[in-house]
Amino acid sequence: MSRSVTPTLRVDWRASVSLVGTVVKYLAVPLSIPLAVALYYAEPVAPFVGTIALVLAAGFGLERLDPDPDLGAREGFLMVAMTWLAVGLFGTAPYLIAGNGTVASPVNALFESMSGFTTTGATVMNNIDTSYHSHAIMLWRQLSQWLGGMGIVVLAVAILPELSVGGAQLMDAEAPGPGIEKLTPRIRSTARVLWLAYFGFTVLEFLLLVAVGPHVLDWAPNMTLYNAVAHPLTTLPTGGFSPEARSIEAFSAAAQWVIIPFMAVAGTNFALFWKALRGDWRVFGRDSEFRTYAGAMAVLTAILTGLLFSGLGLAETPTIAPIVDQVEDSVRHAVFQTLAIVTTTGYASMDFNTWSAPAKYVLLFGMFIGGSAGSTGGGIKIVRWLVIFKSIKRELFSTVHPEAVEPVRLAGRSLDESAVRGIHAFTLLYLSIFFVGTVLLFCTAWLGGYELAMLDGISAAASAVGNVGPGFGDVGPMNGYVQFPATSKLLLIFLMWVGRLEILPVFVLLTTAYWRS
Amino acid sequence: MRVVIVGAGEVGSSIAASLCADHEVVVVDRDSDRVESLTYSLDVLPVEGDGASLETLTEASVGDADMVIACTDNDETNIVACGTVKTISEAFTIARVRNTKYLDTWNNAEGALGVDLMVGTNLLTARSISRVIGLPAAHDVDTFADGLVRMAEFTIHDDSPVAGTTVAAADRFDSLTFAAIIRDDDVVIPRGDTCLLDGDRVVVIGSPESVGDFATTMRGDIGSIDDVLIVGGSDIGRQTADVLSEEGIGTRLIEPAPEHARVLAEALPDTTVLNADPTDQEFLEREHIAEVDVVVAALGNDEQNLLAGLLAKRMGADRAIAVVEEGSYIDLFEAVGIDVAVNPRKAIAEEITRFTRERHAENVAMLESDRAEVLEIEVDEASVLTGRPIAESIGDLPDGVVIGAITRDGAFVQPRGDTVIERGDHIVVFADTDVLDDAMTDL
Repeated sequence: MSRSVTPTLRVDWRASVSLVGTVVKYLAVPLSIPLAVALYYAEPVAPFVGTIALVLAAGFGLERLDPDPDLGAREGFLMVAMTWLAVGLFGTAPYLIAGNGTVASPVNALFESMSGFTTTGATVMNNIDTSYHSHAIMLWRQLSQWLGGMGIVVLAVAILPELSVGGAQLMDAEAPGPGIEKLTPRIRSTARVLWLAYFGFTVLEFLLLVAVGPHVLDWAPNMTLYNAVAHPLTTLPTGGFSPEARSIEAFSAAAQWVIIPFMAVAGTNFALFWKALRGDWRVFGRDSEFRTYAGAMAVLTAILTGLLFSGLGLAETPTIAPIVDQVEDSVRHAVFQTLAIVTTTGYASMDFNTWSAPAKYVLLFGMFIGGSAGSTGGGIKIVRWLVIFKSIKRELFSTVHPEAVEPVRLAGRSLDESAVRGIHAFTLLYLSIFFVGTVLLFCTAWLGGYELAMLDGISAAASAVGNVGPGFGDVGPMNGYVQFPATSKLLLIFLMWVGRLEILPVFVLLTTAYWRS
Repeated sequence: MRVVIVGAGEVGSSIAASLCADHEVVVVDRDSDRVESLTYSLDVLPVEGDGASLETLTEASVGDADMVIACTDNDETNIVACGTVKTISEAFTIARVRNTKYLDTWNNAEGALGVDLMVGTNLLTARSISRVIGLPAAHDVDTFADGLVRMAEFTIHDDSPVAGTTVAAADRFDSLTFAAIIRDDDVVIPRGDTCLLDGDRVVVIGSPESVGDFATTMRGDIGSIDDVLIVGGSDIGRQTADVLSEEGIGTRLIEPAPEHARVLAEALPDTTVLNADPTDQEFLEREHIAEVDVVVAALGNDEQNLLAGLLAKRMGADRAIAVVEEGSYIDLFEAVGIDVAVNPRKAIAEEITRFTRERHAENVAMLESDRAEVLEIEVDEASVLTGRPIAESIGDLPDGVVIGAITRDGAFVQPRGDTVIERGDHIVVFADTDVLDDAMTDL
């Protein structure tokens, strides 16, 4: 077989496509889980049998393009960008074959599937219920997020360090001692270590949810075994899908309190847990990103608690238990919603559409913070903000002392100027994409005959590019995106995809230099 | 003791001079003129050759030596010389290094590289600069007995509050001893009725607080030192910034080379590094040099340091300290307006001499180009001091010896005539170099 590449093309795209094929092929393994569930509940197995056959055929087929792929940095970007698209596409098959409800149409199925694999959590599914859709389909929806989270871990370890804006080399500068990609000497074993942490926390959350569920303590009667499996699968990847239409509001306070720390964990650099498990517990105190993350959460929680407790944060009386003047309720909803939005999980412990404008804008602000580098969270991410604030501080200082030479430091280590520049560029690009995305969203919605309210549209764009999930108003946590015209949905899919891949691996594909020089 | 000194430069010669009276000293140097001139002035055995080569070292018979001191100006030569010595000899090896990275390696694993004692020139210099900064008006400061005792040297000027008074009148401090006065190059042992005159240099020994109080009297209270400007990012400048920031003193450092400035800024998180020409007066004004407590000139060479120091003084800086590599310039620097000239070679020679004292001197400071020394000694049974009041035992000691301070079980004891010195006490004594050997035998 010829391995020649056209002389002007400098990217071995066959190698990238071949590896995408490998990933697609291996989708058959997780697909067998909902298949087993379908058998257990005596539900239709066709969606999964069909999809398994499809991914195996397509995977093996694509692999034949290049039986011995050799992956360089350029091929890596192409492969990553295509993998999320391909997996998103093949992930639509169960919805389409099942042919049930809104997700049976191709664009909706792609939206739901991409929202899953990008761990966004925005939904176009109506009738969210295991009795309408099958247990197996709903579990596949949860599982797609969990798989997306696994992909992000690999992305953080293997691909982003190649990009100056990735954040992984920041973790390197940040972490006292070895950085994330150097926990172990080899990328493969580092990924395994982080997956182990990811898997371990998923199991731990499952066990705790079972403990508060009806079979053990019975503090959360609605937390059946099925739900106890389904929710950890979307907490750790900061996904936010739930097989319950009312998200986490459907569960008692005890179950919500169990989920809260796991959302916090999902937004934390996983490398810190690995080090902590090896006995270095002080790593959390030393890590300036973690300290900032904890500080930001505490401040936002305190503000929201105050707003909810006093009643200023509520525009209408919620249908759940009263919150005003209730310490536990206001603290719980404040901390839950802060974590759900800032870590970009997107769960809801109550319908925050009932909140007043000040409280909603606090959450909208939170969407732009994002999780930590090395976590599964999306958004701009804490470490970048930290670097930006430090470099602004430096600019102010240098107006007083123009001759001063002051490197930007993280945890005592100075950052390369090119890394600082890269972070400014990334953040500006992120915000530009958000602004342009917002404008286009309003345009496409208007052309499609859907009158989109101001805050709803802004929050939808911010939520998509930050992989949060819900927004406000029409796209609130108890509503969805199904009412958008297809063009708007495709735009949101693009935003989710770009946001999840930290923008640059996608945008670098659009430059001629990438393909030619 | 047989001592081989590799390198007959300023440091080597100075060490040789202080050792040759009591020890058999061999000096190795590549430069035949240097070796020759040394043999005329000192009673040492010269060997010409490369100190890092086995052949030369064998010729110097290091196999029989008790100690080898490698103090050439080249770090690598010194380290290789020590390592080579270790292959053929049991001698205690001392290496002088400038580069801190070697010092870090050695500190990490003592005895590494075949070096038994590694002495870092730049770090030592930085420490002595920092001590001088901490004590306004002092020329030379040293600490003894784990910091319990401090020695300092001050110049009496016409306008000093103690000028013209007797020692008895000036000595208003509880834990302070006026150990000596250096007047016109002579060492005068002060008595109660000795007058302090303009131009005298007084050596005081006491607790850190009392020495600090005396410094305040000499200078007037200028408040605490919290603003130091280091001119020049040489390794000494960098180490000084490091040492000062450890003591919580805020520093700014001026480095003219942009790339080196960046390196320094990365290495010194608590220091504001400024990339500018240190002779740019407009820039210095903008940095409010007139309000700076101390300016430390640590550029690449003596002439630049002199210029930078004088410029800073002229522009209103309180005090200027300059690093001077050439030992003979010290007096010149201080004569034209630099408050304190610090010589790295003097610092290193002191440190090495400390290790070559045969008796149990714990610490040594050399004063006025080794005209006198201040030593810390642990008193044992054999000492003439043990078990007797000082008034009685002092008669058995030669003139020119003063007991400046005593520490007992980690506490400061003020020496008085009736103080009985016990075995195990640490004493800090001032001794004229002329009587040093006799004194060492008695103590």
